[in-house]
Amino acid sequence: MADGNSIAESKIEKWREETLAAQDTSRPRITVCGGTVCLALASGEVAAALEQALEQGGMHASVEMKTTGCPGLCDQGPLVTIYPQGIFYTKVKPEDGSEIVSKTVKNGEIIERLLYQDPLTGEKIIRETDVPFYKEQTRILLKDSGLIDPRKIEDYIAVGGYKGLERALAEMTPEQIIDQIKRSGLRGRGGGGFPTGVKWELCRNAPGDPKYIICNADEGNPGCFQDRGVIESNPHSILEGMIIGAYAIGASEGFVYIRHEYPLSVELIRHAVVQAREHGLLGENILGSGFNFNIEITLGAGAYVCGEETALMASIEGRVGEPRARPPYPVESGLWGKPTTINNVKTWAWIPHILNNSADWFAQIGTEKSKGTTIFSLVGNIKQPGLVEIPMGVTLRHLIEHIGGGAPNGKKLIAAQTGGPSGGCIPESLWDLPVDYDSLREAGSIMGSGGMIIMDEGICMVEMARYFLDFSKYEACGKCSACREGVRRMYEILDYITRGLGQEGDIELLEELGQAVKIGSFCGLGQTAPNPVLSTIRYFREQYDAHILDKNCPAGVCKDLIKFDAVLE
Amino acid sequence: MEIEISKVDEIIEKHGLEPRWLITNLLAIQDEFHYLPRDAMRYVAKRMNVPLIQVNQVAEFYKVFKLEPPGKHLVSVCRGTACHVRGGEKVVERMGDLLEIAPGGTTKDEQFTLDVVNCLGCCALGRVIVVDDHFYVNVAPNEVEDILNKYRRNGG
Repeated sequence: MADGNSIAESKIEKWREETLAAQDTSRPRITVCGGTVCLALASGEVAAALEQALEQGGMHASVEMKTTGCPGLCDQGPLVTIYPQGIFYTKVKPEDGSEIVSKTVKNGEIIERLLYQDPLTGEKIIRETDVPFYKEQTRILLKDSGLIDPRKIEDYIAVGGYKGLERALAEMTPEQIIDQIKRSGLRGRGGGGFPTGVKWELCRNAPGDPKYIICNADEGNPGCFQDRGVIESNPHSILEGMIIGAYAIGASEGFVYIRHEYPLSVELIRHAVVQAREHGLLGENILGSGFNFNIEITLGAGAYVCGEETALMASIEGRVGEPRARPPYPVESGLWGKPTTINNVKTWAWIPHILNNSADWFAQIGTEKSKGTTIFSLVGNIKQPGLVEIPMGVTLRHLIEHIGGGAPNGKKLIAAQTGGPSGGCIPESLWDLPVDYDSLREAGSIMGSGGMIIMDEGICMVEMARYFLDFSKYEACGKCSACREGVRRMYEILDYITRGLGQEGDIELLEELGQAVKIGSFCGLGQTAPNPVLSTIRYFREQYDAHILDKNCPAGVCKDLIKFDAVLE
Repeated sequence: MEIEISKVDEIIEKHGLEPRWLITNLLAIQDEFHYLPRDAMRYVAKRMNVPLIQVNQVAEFYKVFKLEPPGKHLVSVCRGTACHVRGGEKVVERMGDLLEIAPGGTTKDEQFTLDVVNCLGCCALGRVIVVDDHFYVNVAPNEVEDILNKYRRNGG
């Protein structure tokens, strides 16, 4: 494997040393989370209040203020951390600003009420690094979230950013890079799980010029924000991965297709592209290697189906986002009919890590067939929601009950939903399954991009299935009849059942229709849309029976089925 | 409504004239006018040399585009899965009842347009409402009216 030290003159290393030398690490520092959720909770005002308090205390020059990206502990925001001690404050309000400066920054005094309280033990935690929710994780992609300012390329350089790119360009052939990615066992993080190195190789070897690469940042799955987390905390890691990938594949142009519903993510990735260009990391003759590559940002406009790769490409071309038949696959005929590689945000973000460490390093994390870590958006009925990065193979139970702390209100947890409208509900009885592509598929769900919604006994599984089918019905592009008509009919049957109009035989009809839609649909949206129904029938059939035969909703959710005595309670 | 074609022209020139910029251009035009005026769409078709029917198709297919002028305030209620399992449907219903409009509609006094959206990525704090880029999180159904009143009072 290539060794960074052997680069005759490392521009990036020099830049890193200069950046580190310019930083005074002994200087106290306050970081404030500037992710979408913390901003929604007024972290901007908190930062302003802290700045003002520093100024009033005459400490403006001696204390560094930093706005970071989203470390994923969203329900505790706004998050503020004071260094060098690493004192961690949660739910900070602007009016806390002067107290934080006068007590904690000045004297190292801890303000008890702002400390994070572990929802499992009730214990107050002082340091960010001691928060059990973080400690239990294996943070690699999210390692620097909360530490670096996503608007500053220097911050990324300081943590070793763009070294992998420099090494790749200076010392490795495209074939060597592809070989390293193949040996690592990295599989696509968008949910499909296709081996990334194989995809790159197919694209590299496909005839046609120019070649394109795409970063799929159209995180449209409801209940997901792990891609947003990566973009908002470390946008340059994605760009570095894309530039390395482009060099390996032989692509001259790349696109980040990002949903407009994430305005902050759009702003940050745009800003990162401009910076990378200014520093010669994008454009002509990158780092003096003779390699030319550019990245453009393309906005999605609110169409879930555009997460499907052929629909996404149609959208980049400026057309209606309707999928087309595969083959030919995008690696042979993609954007404008040219070979194109599409990878998810997290797949691209993994590339620098694999180049900087090694294929073996990556391959030792995770299970035999699912390597590395994965990030889940752990949400729903859970004590500690947030972004969780864990090695593949950890059990669902560990993730939900240990890291997430289990049920928030004493109710019994009954299911974990993964894969959004394409996935299924995994019942509590199966939570000892390891989290990996294959186990989740066998259980009737999919890994998906990383959404995990925990449901307690107050959730009606039939209504959940109806909800997901309503979503897929609304988002179906209308091109193929199996999906357009089939999903709609399935929705109608479910709607009848939840209104007390279900008939005997409805379950069998749903199963039959579901199979037909799976087989007959054109693209992934239709092929997977029946999953929420089929998986809830498989594991919660008694709830369907109760709705259809007894006209009863056991969870007490379906309004038309709530028994009179239940209303009186 | 009369629109300034020069503004549309400026936007298109800034991004580009090739067909691949169609969606980007339409988004930028909507940012300027808050919806896609008919005249602007016709101009885009002509200027970018894209058939008007394709411009129309794109504008109708992508859910973000509005073909009618929206109300003064844009209210987006999230019905993503995380919001849904935390009782988001009641917030959606309450909002519809208070505004007396269906999702996608605009109130008679043209003050509010209601959008029900799929996910805003703030799942750890569901139920989420966004009014004119301002986020309200963990919203209870009985808080919906207070949120609306803020905008009603502010000259609403």
